[in-house]
Amino acid sequence: MRRPDRRSLWELTAAGGLSPARSVSDAAGRVSLMDLTEGGTIGPSLEALRGKSVLISCDRQLPAVLALLQLDGVVGRVLLCPPDLDQAHLPAIFAEAQVDAVVSDGTGPAAQPLAGTQFIRLSTELTPTTPTRDRGEETEWLLFTSGTTARPKIVVHTLSTLTGPLDDGLVVSNDAIWSTFYDVRRYGGLQILMRGLLGGGSLVLSQSAEPVTDFLSRVGQAGVTHISGTPSHWRRALMSGASGRMKPRYVRLSGELADQAILNNLAQAFPEANIAHAFASTEAGVAFDVRDGKAGFPATIIGQTGTPVEMRVVDGSLRIRSNRTASRYLGEAGTLADADGFVDTSDMVEQRDDRYYFVGRREGVINVGGQKVHPEEVEAVINQHPGVQIARVRGRHSPITGAIVVADIVVRANGVFDTMAEEILESCRRALPPHKVPAMLREVASLDISQSGKLTRGRA
Amino acid sequence: MNTSIRSTIITQITRIAERQKKTVAPLTDDLPLLQSGLDSLCFAVLVASLDDLLDLDPFGGDSEAGLPVTLGDFIKLYENAAA
Repeated sequence: MRRPDRRSLWELTAAGGLSPARSVSDAAGRVSLMDLTEGGTIGPSLEALRGKSVLISCDRQLPAVLALLQLDGVVGRVLLCPPDLDQAHLPAIFAEAQVDAVVSDGTGPAAQPLAGTQFIRLSTELTPTTPTRDRGEETEWLLFTSGTTARPKIVVHTLSTLTGPLDDGLVVSNDAIWSTFYDVRRYGGLQILMRGLLGGGSLVLSQSAEPVTDFLSRVGQAGVTHISGTPSHWRRALMSGASGRMKPRYVRLSGELADQAILNNLAQAFPEANIAHAFASTEAGVAFDVRDGKAGFPATIIGQTGTPVEMRVVDGSLRIRSNRTASRYLGEAGTLADADGFVDTSDMVEQRDDRYYFVGRREGVINVGGQKVHPEEVEAVINQHPGVQIARVRGRHSPITGAIVVADIVVRANGVFDTMAEEILESCRRALPPHKVPAMLREVASLDISQSGKLTRGRA
Repeated sequence: MNTSIRSTIITQITRIAERQKKTVAPLTDDLPLLQSGLDSLCFAVLVASLDDLLDLDPFGGDSEAGLPVTLGDFIKLYENAAA
Protein backbone atom coordinates (compact mmCIF):
# COMPACT_ATOMS: atom_id res chain seq x y z
CA MET A 1 0.00 0.00 0.00
CA ARG A 2 1.24 3.52 -0.79
CA ARG A 3 1.35 6.34 1.67
CA PRO A 4 1.74 9.51 -0.35
CA ASP A 5 1.11 11.81 2.59
CA ARG A 6 3.45 10.11 5.03
CA ARG A 7 7.16 9.98 5.36
CA SER A 8 9.33 6.97 6.15
CA LEU A 9 11.37 6.39 9.30
CA TRP A 10 14.51 7.57 7.51
CA GLU A 11 12.84 10.71 6.14
CA LEU A 12 11.42 11.58 9.56
CA THR A 13 14.84 10.96 11.13
CA ALA A 14 16.55 13.17 8.56
CA ALA A 15 13.90 15.86 9.04
CA GLY A 16 15.24 16.36 12.58
CA GLY A 17 18.57 17.46 11.04
CA LEU A 18 21.56 15.24 10.37
CA SER A 19 24.33 16.84 12.36
CA PRO A 20 27.52 14.77 12.79
CA ALA A 21 26.78 14.52 16.52
CA ARG A 22 23.63 12.45 15.98
CA SER A 23 24.40 8.77 16.42
CA VAL A 24 23.12 5.36 17.41
CA SER A 25 25.48 3.27 19.52
CA ASP A 26 25.64 0.03 21.47
CA ALA A 27 28.37 -1.71 23.47
CA ALA A 28 30.23 -2.73 20.31
CA GLY A 29 29.84 0.15 17.90
CA ARG A 30 28.60 3.62 16.97
CA VAL A 31 27.12 4.86 13.71
CA SER A 32 26.66 8.50 12.84
CA LEU A 33 23.18 8.97 11.34
CA MET A 34 24.60 11.38 8.75
CA ASP A 35 26.65 8.56 7.23
CA LEU A 36 23.44 6.71 6.37
CA THR A 37 22.65 9.34 3.74
CA GLU A 38 24.93 7.63 1.27
CA GLY A 39 25.75 4.40 3.04
CA GLY A 40 23.94 1.26 4.07
CA THR A 41 24.35 -2.29 5.34
CA ILE A 42 21.90 -4.00 2.96
CA GLY A 43 23.57 -2.93 -0.28
CA PRO A 44 22.08 -3.25 -3.78
CA SER A 45 19.66 -5.99 -2.62
CA LEU A 46 17.46 -3.35 -0.98
CA GLU A 47 15.57 -2.56 -4.19
CA ALA A 48 14.85 -6.28 -4.71
CA LEU A 49 13.08 -6.31 -1.35
CA ARG A 50 10.50 -3.71 -2.41
CA GLY A 51 7.05 -4.73 -1.20
CA LYS A 52 8.37 -7.97 0.35
CA SER A 53 7.93 -9.42 3.84
CA VAL A 54 11.29 -9.20 5.62
CA LEU A 55 12.44 -10.56 8.98
CA ILE A 56 15.39 -8.94 10.77
CA SER A 57 17.54 -11.41 12.73
CA CYS A 58 20.41 -9.99 14.81
CA ASP A 59 21.58 -10.52 18.38
CA ARG A 60 22.71 -6.92 18.69
CA GLN A 61 20.27 -4.05 18.40
CA LEU A 62 22.44 -1.63 16.39
CA PRO A 63 22.52 -3.67 13.14
CA ALA A 64 18.74 -4.18 13.50
CA VAL A 65 18.13 -0.43 13.89
CA LEU A 66 20.26 0.32 10.81
CA ALA A 67 18.29 -2.28 8.85
CA LEU A 68 15.00 -0.70 9.98
CA LEU A 69 16.12 2.73 8.81
CA GLN A 70 16.80 1.28 5.36
CA LEU A 71 13.75 -1.01 5.08
CA ASP A 72 10.85 1.18 6.26
CA GLY A 73 9.06 2.74 3.31
CA VAL A 74 10.54 0.17 0.92
CA VAL A 75 9.41 -3.27 2.08
CA GLY A 76 5.80 -4.32 2.59
CA ARG A 77 6.34 -5.81 5.99
CA VAL A 78 9.14 -5.86 8.52
CA LEU A 79 9.29 -8.37 11.39
CA LEU A 80 11.18 -7.26 14.47
CA CYS A 81 12.52 -10.55 15.72
CA PRO A 82 13.73 -10.38 19.33
CA PRO A 83 17.03 -12.24 19.95
CA ASP A 84 15.46 -14.62 22.48
CA LEU A 85 12.76 -15.94 20.14
CA ASP A 86 12.62 -19.74 20.27
CA GLN A 87 13.88 -21.08 16.91
CA ALA A 88 11.28 -23.85 17.07
CA HIS A 89 8.61 -21.20 16.31
CA LEU A 90 10.33 -19.97 13.14
CA PRO A 91 8.63 -22.23 10.55
CA ALA A 92 5.16 -21.25 11.79
CA ILE A 93 6.09 -17.56 11.97
CA PHE A 94 7.56 -17.66 8.45
CA ALA A 95 4.36 -19.20 7.13
CA GLU A 96 2.01 -16.86 8.96
CA ALA A 97 3.89 -13.66 8.09
CA GLN A 98 4.66 -14.98 4.58
CA VAL A 99 8.32 -14.09 5.05
CA ASP A 100 10.12 -13.64 1.72
CA ALA A 101 13.53 -12.70 3.02
CA VAL A 102 15.71 -12.60 6.11
CA VAL A 103 18.23 -9.83 6.65
CA SER A 104 20.79 -10.81 9.26
CA ASP A 105 24.31 -10.09 10.43
CA GLY A 106 24.73 -13.85 10.85
CA THR A 107 23.34 -13.90 14.39
CA GLY A 108 19.90 -14.05 16.00
CA PRO A 109 17.19 -16.72 15.81
CA ALA A 110 17.20 -16.86 11.98
CA ALA A 111 20.96 -16.65 11.45
CA GLN A 112 21.01 -19.38 8.81
CA PRO A 113 19.33 -19.26 5.39
CA LEU A 114 15.99 -21.07 5.45
CA ALA A 115 14.75 -23.09 2.49
CA GLY A 116 12.55 -21.06 0.17
CA THR A 117 13.56 -17.75 1.69
CA GLN A 118 16.01 -15.17 0.43
CA PHE A 119 18.89 -14.52 2.86
CA ILE A 120 20.68 -11.19 2.85
CA ARG A 121 23.79 -10.76 4.90
CA LEU A 122 24.11 -7.33 6.48
CA SER A 123 27.56 -5.79 6.11
CA THR A 124 29.28 -4.95 9.37
CA GLU A 125 30.43 -1.55 8.09
CA LEU A 126 28.41 0.98 6.10
CA THR A 127 29.08 0.58 2.38
CA PRO A 128 28.42 3.31 -0.20
CA THR A 129 24.90 3.07 -1.65
CA THR A 130 22.82 5.15 -4.01
CA PRO A 131 20.16 6.74 -1.82
CA THR A 132 16.71 5.17 -2.23
CA ARG A 133 14.40 7.81 -3.62
CA ASP A 134 11.12 5.96 -3.33
CA ARG A 135 10.21 5.38 0.30
CA GLY A 136 6.46 5.62 -0.16
CA GLU A 137 5.50 2.09 0.86
CA GLU A 138 3.21 1.83 3.90
CA THR A 139 5.38 -0.75 5.63
CA GLU A 140 3.68 -2.93 8.24
CA TRP A 141 5.71 -3.29 11.43
CA LEU A 142 5.22 -6.72 12.99
CA LEU A 143 5.97 -7.03 16.70
CA PHE A 144 5.97 -10.14 18.86
CA THR A 145 4.04 -10.30 22.11
CA SER A 146 5.82 -11.86 25.06
CA GLY A 147 4.90 -14.82 27.14
CA THR A 148 2.02 -16.55 25.43
CA THR A 149 1.57 -20.27 25.93
CA ALA A 150 2.55 -21.68 22.57
CA ARG A 151 4.28 -19.21 20.31
CA PRO A 152 4.21 -15.44 20.57
CA LYS A 153 1.39 -13.66 18.77
CA ILE A 154 2.33 -11.21 16.05
CA VAL A 155 0.87 -7.74 16.40
CA VAL A 156 0.53 -5.48 13.36
CA HIS A 157 1.52 -1.82 13.68
CA THR A 158 2.50 0.87 11.20
CA LEU A 159 4.97 3.72 11.60
CA SER A 160 1.96 5.94 12.13
CA THR A 161 0.49 3.93 15.05
CA LEU A 162 3.97 3.61 16.57
CA THR A 163 4.73 7.32 16.40
CA GLY A 164 1.25 8.43 17.56
CA PRO A 165 2.31 8.66 21.22
CA LEU A 166 5.12 11.11 20.43
CA ASP A 167 2.62 13.94 20.31
CA ASP A 168 2.08 13.88 24.07
CA GLY A 169 3.41 17.24 25.10
CA LEU A 170 6.71 15.86 26.37
CA VAL A 171 8.86 18.66 25.00
CA VAL A 172 12.35 17.47 24.24
CA SER A 173 15.18 19.51 22.80
CA ASN A 174 16.90 17.96 19.82
CA ASP A 175 20.18 17.58 21.69
CA ALA A 176 18.50 14.83 23.72
CA ILE A 177 20.33 11.53 24.06
CA TRP A 178 17.90 8.71 24.66
CA SER A 179 18.52 5.31 26.13
CA THR A 180 16.52 2.37 27.36
CA PHE A 181 17.10 -0.81 29.31
CA TYR A 182 14.62 -2.45 26.92
CA ASP A 183 15.41 -4.10 23.63
CA VAL A 184 14.13 -1.68 20.97
CA ARG A 185 12.52 -4.59 19.13
CA ARG A 186 9.93 -4.75 21.94
CA TYR A 187 7.16 -2.16 22.06
CA GLY A 188 8.51 -0.36 25.14
CA GLY A 189 11.97 0.01 23.62
CA LEU A 190 10.63 0.89 20.19
CA GLN A 191 8.92 3.94 21.68
CA ILE A 192 12.31 5.22 22.83
CA LEU A 193 13.87 4.48 19.44
CA MET A 194 11.15 6.60 17.79
CA ARG A 195 11.61 9.44 20.26
CA GLY A 196 15.37 9.47 19.70
CA LEU A 197 15.22 9.27 15.91
CA LEU A 198 12.20 11.49 15.23
CA GLY A 199 13.01 13.97 17.97
CA GLY A 200 16.33 14.85 16.38
CA GLY A 201 18.45 13.22 19.08
CA SER A 202 20.79 10.27 19.53
CA LEU A 203 20.40 6.81 21.00
CA VAL A 204 22.39 4.56 23.30
CA LEU A 205 21.24 0.95 23.03
CA SER A 206 21.50 -1.74 25.68
CA GLN A 207 22.99 -5.15 25.05
CA SER A 208 21.73 -8.42 26.46
CA ALA A 209 24.08 -10.07 28.97
CA GLU A 210 25.97 -6.81 29.49
CA PRO A 211 26.48 -6.24 33.25
CA VAL A 212 24.21 -3.40 34.43
CA THR A 213 27.17 -1.47 35.83
CA ASP A 214 28.85 -1.49 32.37
CA PHE A 215 25.65 -0.30 30.72
CA LEU A 216 25.27 2.51 33.26
CA SER A 217 28.88 3.58 32.60
CA ARG A 218 28.20 3.77 28.87
CA VAL A 219 25.01 5.71 29.51
CA GLY A 220 26.90 8.13 31.75
CA GLN A 221 29.80 8.58 29.33
CA ALA A 222 27.44 9.21 26.42
CA GLY A 223 25.68 11.93 28.44
CA VAL A 224 22.25 10.30 28.20
CA THR A 225 19.50 12.78 29.05
CA HIS A 226 16.37 10.62 28.74
CA ILE A 227 16.16 6.98 29.79
CA SER A 228 13.44 4.35 30.23
CA GLY A 229 13.01 0.90 31.75
CA THR A 230 10.66 -1.29 33.72
CA PRO A 231 10.44 -0.83 37.50
CA SER A 232 12.46 -4.07 37.74
CA HIS A 233 15.20 -2.62 35.50
CA TRP A 234 15.29 0.47 37.70
CA ARG A 235 15.45 -1.48 40.97
CA ARG A 236 18.39 -3.40 39.56
CA ALA A 237 20.11 -0.17 38.49
CA LEU A 238 19.67 1.32 41.96
CA MET A 239 20.88 -1.86 43.65
CA SER A 240 24.01 -1.90 41.49
CA GLY A 241 25.28 1.18 43.31
CA ALA A 242 26.29 2.55 39.88
CA SER A 243 23.19 4.65 39.15
CA GLY A 244 25.20 7.76 40.05
CA ARG A 245 27.24 7.28 36.88
CA MET A 246 24.44 8.90 34.89
CA LYS A 247 22.65 12.20 35.26
CA PRO A 248 19.40 11.92 33.29
CA ARG A 249 16.96 14.81 33.02
CA TYR A 250 14.08 12.43 32.35
CA VAL A 251 13.46 9.00 33.84
CA ARG A 252 10.60 6.87 32.49
CA LEU A 253 9.07 3.67 33.82
CA SER A 254 6.75 1.35 31.90
CA GLY A 255 5.93 -2.31 31.35
CA GLU A 256 4.97 -3.07 34.94
CA LEU A 257 3.06 -1.22 37.61
CA ALA A 258 5.20 1.41 39.28
CA ASP A 259 4.70 1.32 43.04
CA GLN A 260 5.23 4.31 45.29
CA ALA A 261 8.48 2.87 46.69
CA ILE A 262 10.30 2.75 43.34
CA LEU A 263 9.02 6.24 42.43
CA ASN A 264 10.34 7.57 45.75
CA ASN A 265 13.65 5.76 45.36
CA LEU A 266 14.16 7.19 41.87
CA ALA A 267 13.25 10.70 43.01
CA GLN A 268 15.89 10.36 45.71
CA ALA A 269 18.53 8.99 43.32
CA PHE A 270 17.84 11.57 40.57
CA PRO A 271 16.62 14.73 42.32
CA GLU A 272 17.13 16.78 39.14
CA ALA A 273 15.15 14.48 36.86
CA ASN A 274 11.52 14.48 35.81
CA ILE A 275 10.15 11.06 36.60
CA ALA A 276 7.19 9.67 34.70
CA HIS A 277 5.51 6.29 34.61
CA ALA A 278 3.69 5.27 31.47
CA PHE A 279 1.04 2.73 30.67
CA ALA A 280 1.39 0.91 27.36
CA SER A 281 1.01 -2.52 25.81
CA THR A 282 2.12 -3.94 22.47
CA GLU A 283 -1.50 -4.21 21.39
CA ALA A 284 -3.01 -1.05 22.85
CA GLY A 285 -0.04 1.26 22.40
CA VAL A 286 0.85 4.01 24.84
CA ALA A 287 -2.22 5.17 26.73
CA PHE A 288 -0.88 7.82 29.10
CA ASP A 289 1.97 8.81 31.34
CA VAL A 290 1.82 10.09 34.88
CA ARG A 291 4.17 12.88 35.88
CA ASP A 292 3.14 13.78 39.43
CA GLY A 293 5.44 11.26 41.15
CA LYS A 294 2.54 9.27 42.59
CA ALA A 295 1.57 5.65 41.93
CA GLY A 296 -1.64 5.02 40.02
CA PHE A 297 -3.27 7.60 37.75
CA PRO A 298 -5.86 10.38 38.14
CA ALA A 299 -9.44 9.11 37.81
CA THR A 300 -10.32 12.12 35.65
CA ILE A 301 -8.60 10.65 32.59
CA ILE A 302 -11.14 7.82 32.43
CA GLY A 303 -14.21 8.58 30.37
CA GLN A 304 -12.86 11.66 28.60
CA THR A 305 -14.00 11.95 25.01
CA GLY A 306 -12.53 13.76 22.05
CA THR A 307 -8.99 13.22 23.38
CA PRO A 308 -6.28 11.39 21.36
CA VAL A 309 -6.63 8.45 23.73
CA GLU A 310 -10.00 7.48 25.19
CA MET A 311 -10.22 5.10 28.13
CA ARG A 312 -12.98 3.13 29.78
CA VAL A 313 -13.12 0.73 32.67
CA VAL A 314 -15.35 -2.23 31.80
CA ASP A 315 -15.83 -5.00 34.39
CA GLY A 316 -12.77 -3.73 36.21
CA SER A 317 -10.36 -3.80 33.28
CA LEU A 318 -8.92 -0.89 31.36
CA ARG A 319 -9.96 -0.45 27.72
CA ILE A 320 -8.26 1.92 25.31
CA ARG A 321 -9.21 3.49 22.01
CA SER A 322 -6.73 5.60 20.06
CA ASN A 323 -4.92 5.85 16.75
CA ARG A 324 -1.92 4.29 18.48
CA THR A 325 -3.37 0.81 18.91
CA ALA A 326 -2.20 -2.02 16.69
CA SER A 327 -4.53 -2.81 13.81
CA ARG A 328 -4.77 -6.56 14.41
CA TYR A 329 -3.11 -9.81 15.34
CA LEU A 330 -1.62 -11.46 12.29
CA GLY A 331 -3.67 -14.47 11.24
CA GLU A 332 -6.72 -13.57 13.33
CA ALA A 333 -9.22 -11.10 11.97
CA GLY A 334 -10.68 -8.35 14.10
CA THR A 335 -10.07 -9.79 17.53
CA LEU A 336 -8.07 -6.88 18.92
CA ALA A 337 -10.74 -4.27 19.53
CA ASP A 338 -14.34 -4.47 20.78
CA ALA A 339 -17.34 -3.26 18.75
CA ASP A 340 -16.62 0.35 19.75
CA GLY A 341 -12.96 0.11 18.74
CA PHE A 342 -11.63 -0.21 22.28
CA VAL A 343 -8.77 -2.63 23.04
CA ASP A 344 -9.17 -4.55 26.30
CA THR A 345 -5.81 -4.49 28.08
CA SER A 346 -6.81 -7.22 30.59
CA ASP A 347 -5.16 -5.02 33.21
CA MET A 348 -7.46 -4.71 36.21
CA VAL A 349 -7.82 -1.36 37.97
CA GLU A 350 -9.46 -0.22 41.17
CA GLN A 351 -10.50 3.29 42.13
CA ARG A 352 -9.46 4.62 45.54
CA ASP A 353 -10.45 8.23 46.16
CA ASP A 354 -9.50 10.29 43.12
CA ARG A 355 -7.03 7.82 41.61
CA TYR A 356 -7.06 4.47 39.88
CA TYR A 357 -4.51 1.79 40.80
CA PHE A 358 -3.51 -1.30 38.85
CA VAL A 359 -4.28 -4.44 40.82
CA GLY A 360 -3.14 -7.22 38.47
CA ARG A 361 -4.07 -9.05 35.31
CA ARG A 362 -7.31 -10.77 34.44
CA GLU A 363 -7.14 -14.54 34.23
CA GLY A 364 -4.16 -14.65 36.52
CA VAL A 365 -1.46 -13.75 33.99
CA ILE A 366 1.64 -13.02 36.05
CA ASN A 367 4.04 -10.18 35.20
CA VAL A 368 7.57 -11.12 36.35
CA GLY A 369 9.84 -8.15 35.72
CA GLY A 370 7.88 -7.18 32.59
CA GLN A 371 7.65 -10.72 31.19
CA LYS A 372 4.23 -12.33 31.17
CA VAL A 373 3.66 -15.83 32.51
CA HIS A 374 0.47 -17.76 31.86
CA PRO A 375 -0.26 -19.98 34.88
CA GLU A 376 -1.60 -22.77 32.65
CA GLU A 377 1.73 -23.41 30.93
CA VAL A 378 3.48 -23.86 34.29
CA GLU A 379 0.65 -25.98 35.67
CA ALA A 380 0.88 -28.24 32.62
CA VAL A 381 4.51 -29.04 33.49
CA ILE A 382 3.84 -29.59 37.20
CA ASN A 383 0.79 -31.77 36.54
CA GLN A 384 2.96 -34.21 34.63
CA HIS A 385 4.53 -35.39 37.89
CA PRO A 386 2.88 -38.69 38.87
CA GLY A 387 2.54 -37.62 42.51
CA VAL A 388 0.62 -34.42 41.67
CA GLN A 389 -3.16 -34.51 41.76
CA ILE A 390 -3.63 -30.89 40.71
CA ALA A 391 -1.58 -27.72 40.77
CA ARG A 392 -2.53 -24.06 40.71
CA VAL A 393 0.06 -21.48 39.74
CA ARG A 394 -0.35 -17.89 40.83
CA GLY A 395 1.59 -14.69 41.23
CA ARG A 396 2.90 -13.45 44.53
CA HIS A 397 3.69 -9.77 44.88
CA SER A 398 7.40 -9.02 44.90
CA PRO A 399 9.00 -5.67 45.63
CA ILE A 400 11.96 -6.74 43.45
CA THR A 401 10.43 -8.14 40.24
CA GLY A 402 6.80 -7.02 40.65
CA ALA A 403 5.69 -10.62 41.03
CA ILE A 404 7.11 -14.11 41.36
CA VAL A 405 5.57 -17.40 40.32
CA VAL A 406 4.39 -19.69 43.13
CA ALA A 407 2.58 -23.03 42.91
CA ASP A 408 0.00 -24.60 45.23
CA ILE A 409 0.03 -28.36 44.87
CA VAL A 410 -2.43 -31.05 45.93
CA VAL A 411 -0.50 -34.30 46.38
CA ARG A 412 -1.92 -37.73 45.51
CA ALA A 413 -2.38 -40.26 48.35
CA ASN A 414 0.83 -42.07 47.40
CA GLY A 415 2.92 -38.91 47.02
CA VAL A 416 5.33 -37.38 49.53
CA PHE A 417 5.57 -33.63 48.95
CA ASP A 418 9.07 -33.14 50.34
CA THR A 419 10.65 -35.67 48.01
CA MET A 420 8.54 -34.51 45.03
CA ALA A 421 9.33 -30.81 45.31
CA GLU A 422 12.85 -31.02 43.91
CA GLU A 423 11.76 -33.33 41.06
CA ILE A 424 8.97 -30.91 40.10
CA LEU A 425 11.32 -27.95 40.11
CA GLU A 426 13.85 -29.87 38.05
CA SER A 427 11.27 -30.67 35.37
CA CYS A 428 10.15 -27.02 35.36
CA ARG A 429 13.75 -25.86 34.91
CA ARG A 430 14.13 -28.21 31.96
CA ALA A 431 10.88 -27.16 30.27
CA LEU A 432 10.58 -23.45 31.07
CA PRO A 433 12.68 -20.27 31.00
CA PRO A 434 13.91 -19.18 34.47
CA HIS A 435 11.25 -16.50 35.12
CA LYS A 436 8.48 -19.10 34.66
CA VAL A 437 9.92 -21.66 37.09
CA PRO A 438 8.00 -21.45 40.39
CA ALA A 439 10.03 -19.68 43.04
CA MET A 440 8.09 -21.47 45.74
CA LEU A 441 6.04 -24.66 45.98
CA ARG A 442 3.43 -25.08 48.67
CA GLU A 443 1.47 -28.18 49.59
CA VAL A 444 -2.25 -27.57 50.01
CA ALA A 445 -5.08 -29.97 50.97
CA SER A 446 -7.40 -28.88 48.15
CA LEU A 447 -7.98 -26.21 45.51
CA ASP A 448 -11.22 -24.41 44.77
CA ILE A 449 -12.94 -25.35 41.55
CA SER A 450 -15.55 -22.95 40.19
CA GLN A 451 -19.00 -24.01 38.98
CA SER A 452 -17.75 -23.97 35.41
CA GLY A 453 -15.24 -26.62 36.44
CA LYS A 454 -12.24 -24.31 36.28
CA LEU A 455 -9.65 -23.61 38.93
CA THR A 456 -10.50 -20.48 40.83
CA ARG A 457 -7.86 -17.91 40.08
CA GLY A 458 -7.17 -14.85 42.13
CA ARG A 459 -5.54 -11.84 40.59
CA ALA A 460 -1.82 -11.96 40.06
CA MET B 1 17.28 -11.29 67.60
CA ASN B 2 19.73 -9.53 65.28
CA THR B 3 22.08 -12.49 65.05
CA SER B 4 19.13 -14.65 64.09
CA ILE B 5 18.09 -12.24 61.33
CA ARG B 6 21.64 -12.28 59.96
CA SER B 7 21.93 -16.04 60.08
CA THR B 8 18.48 -16.52 58.54
CA ILE B 9 19.45 -14.27 55.63
CA ILE B 10 22.77 -16.05 55.09
CA THR B 11 21.13 -19.48 55.27
CA GLN B 12 18.43 -18.46 52.80
CA ILE B 13 20.93 -16.99 50.33
CA THR B 14 22.93 -20.21 50.41
CA ARG B 15 19.82 -22.35 50.00
CA ILE B 16 18.39 -20.29 47.12
CA ALA B 17 21.74 -20.21 45.32
CA GLU B 18 21.98 -23.98 45.65
CA ARG B 19 18.48 -24.47 44.33
CA GLN B 20 18.95 -22.05 41.40
CA LYS B 21 22.37 -23.59 40.68
CA LYS B 22 24.23 -20.31 41.23
CA THR B 23 27.67 -19.95 42.73
CA VAL B 24 27.77 -17.26 45.38
CA ALA B 25 30.74 -15.12 46.32
CA PRO B 26 31.96 -15.20 49.97
CA LEU B 27 29.14 -13.54 51.92
CA THR B 28 30.88 -10.59 53.55
CA ASP B 29 29.12 -7.35 54.55
CA ASP B 30 30.86 -5.28 51.85
CA LEU B 31 29.87 -7.68 49.04
CA PRO B 32 27.91 -5.73 46.37
CA LEU B 33 24.61 -7.59 45.96
CA LEU B 34 24.75 -7.58 42.17
CA GLN B 35 28.18 -9.21 42.31
CA SER B 36 27.04 -11.90 44.73
CA GLY B 37 26.11 -14.31 41.94
CA LEU B 38 22.37 -13.97 42.60
CA ASP B 39 20.14 -12.49 39.89
CA SER B 40 16.96 -10.39 40.32
CA LEU B 41 14.82 -13.51 40.41
CA CYS B 42 16.93 -14.95 43.26
CA PHE B 43 16.52 -11.70 45.20
CA ALA B 44 12.78 -11.78 44.62
CA VAL B 45 12.68 -15.32 46.06
CA LEU B 46 14.92 -14.29 48.96
CA VAL B 47 12.71 -11.34 49.88
CA ALA B 48 9.57 -13.52 49.72
CA SER B 49 11.17 -16.25 51.87
CA LEU B 50 12.27 -13.70 54.47
CA ASP B 51 8.75 -12.26 54.52
CA ASP B 52 7.47 -15.79 55.37
CA LEU B 53 10.21 -16.67 57.87
CA LEU B 54 10.68 -13.35 59.68
CA ASP B 55 7.37 -11.66 58.89
CA LEU B 56 9.39 -8.68 57.67
CA ASP B 57 9.01 -6.86 54.35
CA PRO B 58 11.19 -3.76 54.51
CA PHE B 59 10.74 -3.18 50.75
CA GLY B 60 6.97 -3.04 50.94
CA GLY B 61 4.78 0.01 51.31
CA ASP B 62 5.96 3.52 50.57
CA SER B 63 9.51 2.80 51.68
CA GLU B 64 11.81 5.80 51.65
CA ALA B 65 14.68 3.63 52.82
CA GLY B 66 16.38 3.30 49.43
CA LEU B 67 17.48 0.05 47.87
CA PRO B 68 20.43 -1.80 49.41
CA VAL B 69 23.69 -2.01 47.47
CA THR B 70 25.81 -4.30 49.64
CA LEU B 71 24.95 -7.41 51.66
CA GLY B 72 25.61 -5.35 54.82
CA ASP B 73 22.99 -2.77 53.69
CA PHE B 74 20.56 -5.59 53.00
CA ILE B 75 20.97 -7.16 56.45
CA LYS B 76 20.75 -3.73 58.12
CA LEU B 77 17.48 -3.03 56.30
CA TYR B 78 15.95 -6.15 57.89
CA GLU B 79 17.48 -5.46 61.31
CA ASN B 80 16.07 -1.93 61.26
CA ALA B 81 12.67 -3.20 60.16
CA ALA B 82 12.63 -5.58 63.15
CA ALA B 83 13.75 -2.95 65.64
